[in-house]
Amino acid sequence: MIYDALIGPFAEFEFMRRALAAVIALSLAGAPIGVFLMLRRMSLVGDAMAHAILPGAAVGFLLSGLNLFAMTAGGLIAGFAVAILSGLVARSTGLKEDASLATFYLASLALGVTIVSIKGTNIDLLHVLFGNILAMDDQTLLVVAFNATVTLLVLAVIYRPLVIESVDPLFLRTVSRAGGPAHLAFLALVVINLVNGFQALGTLLAVGLMILPAGIARFWSRDLTVMICIAVVVATVSGYAGLVLSFQTRVPSGPAIILVATVLYIVSVLFGRVGGIVRQLFPGRHLEA
Amino acid sequence: MAAVHFHNVTLGYDRHPAVHHLNGEVAPGALVAVIGPNGAGKSTLLRGIVGILRPLDGSIHLGGLDSRDIAYLPQSAEIDRSFPISVFDFVGTGLWRDAGLFGGIGKAAREKILRAIASVGLNGFENRPIGTLSGGQMQRVLFARVLLQDARLIVLDEPFNAIDSKTTTDLLALVKHWHGEGRTVLAALHDMEMVRNHFTETLVLARGPVAWGPTGEVLTPENLLVAMRMCEAFDDSATACAADDTRSRAA
Repeated sequence: MIYDALIGPFAEFEFMRRALAAVIALSLAGAPIGVFLMLRRMSLVGDAMAHAILPGAAVGFLLSGLNLFAMTAGGLIAGFAVAILSGLVARSTGLKEDASLATFYLASLALGVTIVSIKGTNIDLLHVLFGNILAMDDQTLLVVAFNATVTLLVLAVIYRPLVIESVDPLFLRTVSRAGGPAHLAFLALVVINLVNGFQALGTLLAVGLMILPAGIARFWSRDLTVMICIAVVVATVSGYAGLVLSFQTRVPSGPAIILVATVLYIVSVLFGRVGGIVRQLFPGRHLEA
Repeated sequence: MAAVHFHNVTLGYDRHPAVHHLNGEVAPGALVAVIGPNGAGKSTLLRGIVGILRPLDGSIHLGGLDSRDIAYLPQSAEIDRSFPISVFDFVGTGLWRDAGLFGGIGKAAREKILRAIASVGLNGFENRPIGTLSGGQMQRVLFARVLLQDARLIVLDEPFNAIDSKTTTDLLALVKHWHGEGRTVLAALHDMEMVRNHFTETLVLARGPVAWGPTGEVLTPENLLVAMRMCEAFDDSATACAADDTRSRAA
């Protein structure tokens, strides 16, 4: 009975196994990125970037039909352009990163919509908007896994400057020139993981598997390393449970995954060890020192 | 050779000068206090020295020092104290010069970090997140990091602001220790008593230099009065400064 519900679908159907593999790859790479987005107060930046990617993907779709490589390439180009341009503007002028990003992602969105309407094709972008992790073929899965691997490798390279830049950017600027490249590389990773996520979850929810686990992790640890581990585990569990839920109830897979994560988030807000509501209401007697 | 050589330096923001036509040099091993009212350009000058602000005019020569030979302690407002990093790791970033991007933190390095934390009197705080520290403790942490940077030029921007006398005494001892080791130290300060008693050389700044020399000769009521009278506001309609105007117009 329990086997049928929890393991059966994956043993029986190949598309479920592929979906599970994809969701694990997405969790391994996306969750650490999400933790840094959150700690750098850029959670909504991820969301904005997701919008920036959409036109690129749409153009790729127009040029070559439902070819995920073309859509991915288009999304990467649009995303990189917006991320790097806004990063450069923020670094070289007094403009804050959020303001400069807002300008560029809106411009990208407007440009994309313009291109699509000039072409005048009535296309089914619902797939791009909400994704379909259950329809993943081998090629797409390999792309997802490749992107996840690249993300982890790059993150390992830029980890130290990225952490220092997040805490004390001025210090890093005085001892090293690694801050700028690390910052831009990080923005690039954000884009890669959003594109990665939209094949499975769609543009609108891709950022969910990055940000929600990060938010949850914040409620359980004060240590960066532990936080990242928790976020990865939470993302994986949400992905797995979401797939099971989707298989058993016909809820679309993308929303199912995000809804499971949302439930975990609510539990964490209530009962989290670090700053959870219940913990704050009943903190126990004060300590001696 | 001078540790820092100012050649007709003008530093500022948006073409408005905050430090105006500064000439002079800091000898290696000097212990220099930079004093002046708020808005006199003290922080701006220090930013120029460590290279995060490019001069509008003139140049600053560091006598062969590169950025890794400089330790800079800014006013601490720019640090994200909510970031989950421990005192140990934060102080450890001071080893950047040796460790860089990938260098491991081995046993010797860990010992060094622990010694630095101990020498600012924070034993037992190694695993505390920096967000839980008081203002004075955070300042001690920053000093520990400067200590690890092992720099030949140390630049401190108002290091004793809002710090109690016990902490100030401890940290001042560290500054004098650095001076004893032959490092060049520049500090922006407000406490005239401290400057008089502990710093050998003083630069009185009021956008332009008012006086610069041995503390005893420079720290006079007249000089301080001139500095106090400095006009703080930028003049939006100011015209371009004539190149040979070597006096601060504001003074």
